[in-house]
Amino acid sequence: MARTSGGGGRAGGTSVTGRGRPGLHPGAWWLWALGLGTAATRTTNPLVLALLMATSAYVVVTCRPPAPWARSYSAFLKLALAVLVIRLFFAVALGSPVPGTHVLLTLPEVPLPHWAQGIRLGGRVTAESLVFAFYDGLKLATLLVCVGAANSLANPSRLLKSLPGALYETGVAVVVALTFAPNLIADVQRLRAARRLRGRPDSGVRGLLHVGLPVLEGALERSVALAAAMDARGYGRTADVPPAVRRTTAALTLGGLLGVCAGTYGLLTAEGGAYGLPLLLAGVAAALAGLRLGGRRSLRTRYRPDRWDARAWLVTGSGAAVAALLTLAAANDPALHPGVVPLVAPALPVWPAAAVLLGLLPALVAPKEPS
Amino acid sequence: MIRFEDVSVTYDGAAGPTVRGVDFEVPEGELVLLVGPSGVGKSTVLGTVSGLVPHFTGGTLRGRVTVAGRDTRTHKPRELADVVGTVGQDPLSHFVTDTVEDELAYGMESLGLAPDVMRRRVEETLDLLGLSDLRHRSITTLSGGQQQRVAIGSVLTPHPRVLVLDEPTSALDPAAAEEVLAVLQRLVHDLGTTVLMAEHRLERVVQYADQVALMPSPGAPPLLGTPAAMMAVSPVYPPVVALGRLAGWSPLPLTVRDARRRAGAFRDRLSGLAAAPHEPAAVVRPPAPAPAPRRFRRKTPVSAAPRFAAEVRSLSVRRSGVQALRDVDLTLAPGETVALMGRNGAGKSTLLNALVGLVAPTTGEVLTTGLTPHRTAPQDLVRRVGLVPQEPRDLLYADTVTAECAAADRDARAEPGTCRALVSKLLPGIPDGTHPRDLSEGQRLTLALAVVLTASPPLLLLDEPTRGLDYAAKARLVTLLRALAADGHAIVLATHDVELAAELAHRVVLLAEGEVIADGPTAEVVVSSPSFAPQVTKILAPQEWLTVAQVREALG
Repeated sequence: MARTSGGGGRAGGTSVTGRGRPGLHPGAWWLWALGLGTAATRTTNPLVLALLMATSAYVVVTCRPPAPWARSYSAFLKLALAVLVIRLFFAVALGSPVPGTHVLLTLPEVPLPHWAQGIRLGGRVTAESLVFAFYDGLKLATLLVCVGAANSLANPSRLLKSLPGALYETGVAVVVALTFAPNLIADVQRLRAARRLRGRPDSGVRGLLHVGLPVLEGALERSVALAAAMDARGYGRTADVPPAVRRTTAALTLGGLLGVCAGTYGLLTAEGGAYGLPLLLAGVAAALAGLRLGGRRSLRTRYRPDRWDARAWLVTGSGAAVAALLTLAAANDPALHPGVVPLVAPALPVWPAAAVLLGLLPALVAPKEPS
Repeated sequence: MIRFEDVSVTYDGAAGPTVRGVDFEVPEGELVLLVGPSGVGKSTVLGTVSGLVPHFTGGTLRGRVTVAGRDTRTHKPRELADVVGTVGQDPLSHFVTDTVEDELAYGMESLGLAPDVMRRRVEETLDLLGLSDLRHRSITTLSGGQQQRVAIGSVLTPHPRVLVLDEPTSALDPAAAEEVLAVLQRLVHDLGTTVLMAEHRLERVVQYADQVALMPSPGAPPLLGTPAAMMAVSPVYPPVVALGRLAGWSPLPLTVRDARRRAGAFRDRLSGLAAAPHEPAAVVRPPAPAPAPRRFRRKTPVSAAPRFAAEVRSLSVRRSGVQALRDVDLTLAPGETVALMGRNGAGKSTLLNALVGLVAPTTGEVLTTGLTPHRTAPQDLVRRVGLVPQEPRDLLYADTVTAECAAADRDARAEPGTCRALVSKLLPGIPDGTHPRDLSEGQRLTLALAVVLTASPPLLLLDEPTRGLDYAAKARLVTLLRALAADGHAIVLATHDVELAAELAHRVVLLAEGEVIADGPTAEVVVSSPSFAPQVTKILAPQEWLTVAQVREALG
């Protein structure tokens, strides 16, 4: 046992006070990020959007824990960039409905048969259409960056632990799947190395295909071993529930889901406005009651659940405030939607920009993870 | 606490029962060790206790197993989870969550214990197993010994009355194994936990057992008795027992301490005999590596020495921010066997991988038979150097032995039939159509070895070859490797098995934190080390004997 004292002190003992676990409730991070994302959908001003991205990036850099799942942020940045580039490419290749006078270049137009009317390939590329596509793409990219921020700040397995009891078993399955992927990658690397040991080339698509079957076999065996271990540790123990309760659960859940469907339909159709919202709310309530009742079947208790504390309220509140203020400003401040025809340089509206900066609050209040 | 009543288990599709006539009782608070050669059904017997056999594996169980009064026929594994804790051979396949603390709590969450009880037990268990520094760590970043302790801890938190362990120390280095065994002993002595355990490395565990259940051969009913009585008749036994049998001591000693007390007269008898040279040392090898600072060795003219099978010069490897190897120098002569030892994570596997070109040196140079391995095409390298990895199954792709051999011949560009001839020599009586997965651990290792030897590489590397092998399979491996060394193959073994190193190696290289801390003849290096000395050395110190075979030969 002497060996552990030397190597193990890295993350230990730092934050174990009575307050509970280090870190913020993962739900708070998601709500904050969704708040910023909602704000991004309210504007096309590139300066405000850039400010939103910078805000989320700063918080990620200061609060991100040193865990493997937290490394996904750069992947989301790349994805956002790809979305922007694709949007611009479509604007160039397929043309744009935006009328414009500043022709940048004219691509050769591909004549299309008459049944493809309304689609244009090539043709004039105007500065207006490019700028419009850029604003539009940037909006989507900002949304993605915000989701990426939530992904790298909130621990996915702890988020799943906050699920209601009835969904617990599904949650465990997802957690297992999350740990499964890294194992699979390690397996592929090991088996490709083994191919080299057999004197076969270890690169190329054929090499990858060849290890496919052994990798899947290994994954299957590991899954079976894990299932055995989970079973032996009490996974899936259920309490006896009277049949009446079981039937009520089923009825509530099914009825609730039907209500949600019908309510959503009502809300989206023109004439259903009157019954849509109440039906939706009733459906949600019934489904939640069903989930709660279904939780009785599960014996399970929770070990040190993440508490929704004052910091969580502050973090959530800052995200919600940004969303609310920008929604409000979008209705009143034309600077949030800079004109494209005619082309004008976007200006930075002062008050919305200040509102966006509220999103930096988590960098100050969130507890720092040990690094 | 655990009662087996005339239990037999027949798996679906098997011709006969895997185990039969199991009829004994494990009393409360005892540590019972299940002993026997590979393939006698030890894991099956362990599985019946937790109910995984037959509820999870399928098959038919006859007779009755009761654990704490619960019949496993009517209770599923999950309904036994509060009385039985099971840890399998591979701790990694046991973990459900990703951090140490969550893992310890998982079992209790499933059982529905109150949050304050869970919190208290997690803290207690962290202290009991010495894991409190690691509580927030991700499980995949832990060493093998730490993982094994977390696995044991994770089944301890629900306070089971019975603990079932399948080879808990096989994959561990000697120090980590002692950590785990110390924990088990504490559980048995202080908390009255009943432990049923199977383990091949008897030299590590037999002294902790209160009773031994011996399964002498497949299908034979197990016998229960005191460790000394069972060791006297067991087909598998540790070196201390082998020495005791040789010296005719009765009752047999089980610990080095017992044996030393008895060994006085025996030592006198031996001291008259010339300490026979360590058997494998009679091989041509280059000038003994000087224990002097390594940088002088580089100045010796290379041309004067015999052609090296491998040369490593001031090799450093850095991988993802970790210094895996630091300034390592090593030379290997043809016909020489070197044991690479050190803790889990000391850099043994990295060094082997560097020798075979899977890892490129950060600085320094590696030459295997004159080639730089990581710049050589795999199809050329395969005839210069061969590695049997830790998991021999990784090397095997095909679904029959024949197909595997044909592929090996093609890969090595060897005469068709070369590999099959090797397999027949090394593993007589293996049917052509057998799936490599259906072979036993030892057979699979031998098949992988045959595949590697098809190309007849002058340098042969083995990573942890004795994991999961019983003494008989190990003895066959030793004979085989000795013959290869005599043929002029240079062999490097990375191993935790001190007894294997003592039997086989001419030279031992100790690694710690990526540096070579000792490099010299086996007798010199292991005799001076408390954790790497084999049992015979410890018993007969200060005389320098390494193996029972050596002693037997000297006695004539």
